[in-house]
Amino acid sequence: MIFSLVVQASPVQSQGAETALRFARALLASGHSIHRVFFYRDGIHNGTALASPPQDEANIPAQWQALAKEHQLDLVVCIAAAVRRGVMNEHEAKRYAKDNANLAPEFELSGLGQLVEACLVSDRVITFGGRS
Amino acid sequence: MSETSILILMRSAPYGSSAARDALDAALTCSVFEAPVTLLFMDDAVYQLLKNQSPAGIGQKNLNAIQQSLPLYDIDRLCVDQSALSHRGLSEEQLSLPVESVDAAAIARLMAEHTHVMSF
Repeated sequence: MIFSLVVQASPVQSQGAETALRFARALLASGHSIHRVFFYRDGIHNGTALASPPQDEANIPAQWQALAKEHQLDLVVCIAAAVRRGVMNEHEAKRYAKDNANLAPEFELSGLGQLVEACLVSDRVITFGGRS
Repeated sequence: MSETSILILMRSAPYGSSAARDALDAALTCSVFEAPVTLLFMDDAVYQLLKNQSPAGIGQKNLNAIQQSLPLYDIDRLCVDQSALSHRGLSEEQLSLPVESVDAAAIARLMAEHTHVMSF
């Protein structure tokens, strides 16, 4: 089956992002395909390149990056949600006259249309961290 | 796969989090992509639909304004969990838009009828 995941949970404060990661790994291990992971609301913080938790704690953003590299995942971060919260790629940083970009290169900024498109082409769309 | 239809569950109070606005943004985008979308208001989300909101005092934009644009986007099926309304002492007359009142069995049918469900 073709799955897409919607991640609304931030990486540290709630469990939702890690659960989404585990679910993604389980899907791939079971032979399903992942069309897209769409990060929305506080879930956009999964896209930061700067997360630096203590060494004995999970680094969820880094795990997304590794999984994306391994499986060529399409990780899309909602651009409106991200820019509001100060997560940007080089292009947006320039546009908003910021000195630095902080979006990890495995992630792409795009609009909510990518969420709807994911619904249109996926058999299942699973939301993590909704209702908060 | 049958034609995509999207049910958006609204479950959060209007201004305690960004859930209401974020859900409406997603709903409007669905409509732009011509994916039929139904909104279902449950739990404290029924407060989102109250008339005459004035959130300027807490630095928020009025949800009523976005809600009034829903019909322009062909989003005209707004369902409200009957029990969520009555548990809060509210009635349909207090809401800003016409709604379809649904009970638990009808909610189960809504979830079955739509190909995709997203929760906010």
